[in-house]
Amino acid sequence: MADVFRVLAQIGTTITVLLVLAALLIWAERRLLGLWQDRLGPNRVGPFGILQSVADMIKIFFKEDWVPPFAEKPVFIFAPCVVVITMLMALAVVPFTPTLAIVDLNVGLLFFLAMSALAAYSTILAGWSSNNKYSLLGGMRSAAQMISYDVFMGLSLMGVVMLAGSFNLREIVLAQQGLWYIVPQFLGFLVFLVAGLAESHRLPFDLPEAEHEIIAGFHTEYSGMKFGLFFVGEYLGVLLIAAITVILFLGGWQGPWLPPFVWFVLKTALLVAFIILLRAALPRPRFDQLMSIGWKLMLPLALLNLMITGAVALAGGL
Amino acid sequence: MLSQLRTIWEVFKHSTVKPDTVSYPEEKPYLAPRYRGRIVLTRDPDGEERCVACNLCAAVCPVDCIALQQTQDERGRWRAEFFRINFSRCILCGLCEEACPTYAIQLTPDVELCEYDRQNLVYEKEHLLISGTGKYHDYNFYRRAGKDVGVKERGTGETEAEPVNVRSLLP
Repeated sequence: MADVFRVLAQIGTTITVLLVLAALLIWAERRLLGLWQDRLGPNRVGPFGILQSVADMIKIFFKEDWVPPFAEKPVFIFAPCVVVITMLMALAVVPFTPTLAIVDLNVGLLFFLAMSALAAYSTILAGWSSNNKYSLLGGMRSAAQMISYDVFMGLSLMGVVMLAGSFNLREIVLAQQGLWYIVPQFLGFLVFLVAGLAESHRLPFDLPEAEHEIIAGFHTEYSGMKFGLFFVGEYLGVLLIAAITVILFLGGWQGPWLPPFVWFVLKTALLVAFIILLRAALPRPRFDQLMSIGWKLMLPLALLNLMITGAVALAGGL
Repeated sequence: MLSQLRTIWEVFKHSTVKPDTVSYPEEKPYLAPRYRGRIVLTRDPDGEERCVACNLCAAVCPVDCIALQQTQDERGRWRAEFFRINFSRCILCGLCEEACPTYAIQLTPDVELCEYDRQNLVYEKEHLLISGTGKYHDYNFYRRAGKDVGVKERGTGETEAEPVNVRSLLP
């Protein structure tokens, strides 16, 4: 019984911390974007504007929670929950330190892939249930993007699995004791990062929402906390992609001198900052460009990486 | 592809660039003397109102925020009976200043026009009138030329010739 409570407490703490982190990330992103665009960003609420997200949250809670009369109501309400639920579920398998993880799943990597793919339903359902042509376009884009980028996202990770000999994220980190996988799996790292950006709809791959083309895509009709959930889900996605990349390619919690948790947080924060830098720097590709990058460049690269890794493994190099 | 990497690097270099933002309430930006801000009504060097209530400013105002009524004093000098500017409408375009034939209406570099009550943005003549001459220190419309309203005799204006006795031109 005490065990159950311990687990529940751990889950509760992790969820709270993650949601607070996601909110903080919104502030961090705005400050960083400001830095790179030669302006300040939000700096009024609290020290350095750190409470900006709290202010936004208060505002968003008091907004009218409006469901358009032409929308498919149950699906419309369900859609924003999906992204948050799946992202939190996927974060459950992330080992923050050797001992701190919600579950130590032996198919952790597959679970992560499954959950991040399920998150696509959120945008698709949102786009469809809004009964709005722009939303539907956004949802369709999201579906097409998800299908094409999920393929090589999985493939790009197979090299890591081959090297570590396990789907368990903790064991993958432990297998990187001597050498981080970013060195032998550099191609895989690049492909995974691109695929991860596409999965979490981050710029430059935010075509499903593309404000300039299809207004806000799948969340055009959303307001209040339902919109807020999409927002939180997106930032949880960023955290997830960064954390998984750190675990798979950057040695997870490993590092000298500092305690494991600090190393993990440090690496993740740097990667998140890099993802934000990408947003500040890169323009959005056209949709057909996105598709051709996916199928004609990234998929062959992932396959090539897989082939080379497999050949080296067969030759007994590992 | 290379250009994308270069873009990322170029943007990253902006980490060390000082932001252009002026933190407004703490740090006031420089506003040029001819900045178009709050509207005032100025007086001539003698301390009299310059405004002759010709209505040109109200006519040219694109948002119709100026309302006034003309009246005359016993010497025939035109004045505004009331002069009202609704600053909640005003777009500070400065067309009224350009239209004004007497330099009465002028825009100032004060842009802090904030009120909690909308009604407080409606300025009456006594709020608009300042005691100085604004940007044009020596200009007095009635001293230049024109009719006698007690400022100068006919024909003694700065740009005015003596009145011609038209009958003396008769053959």
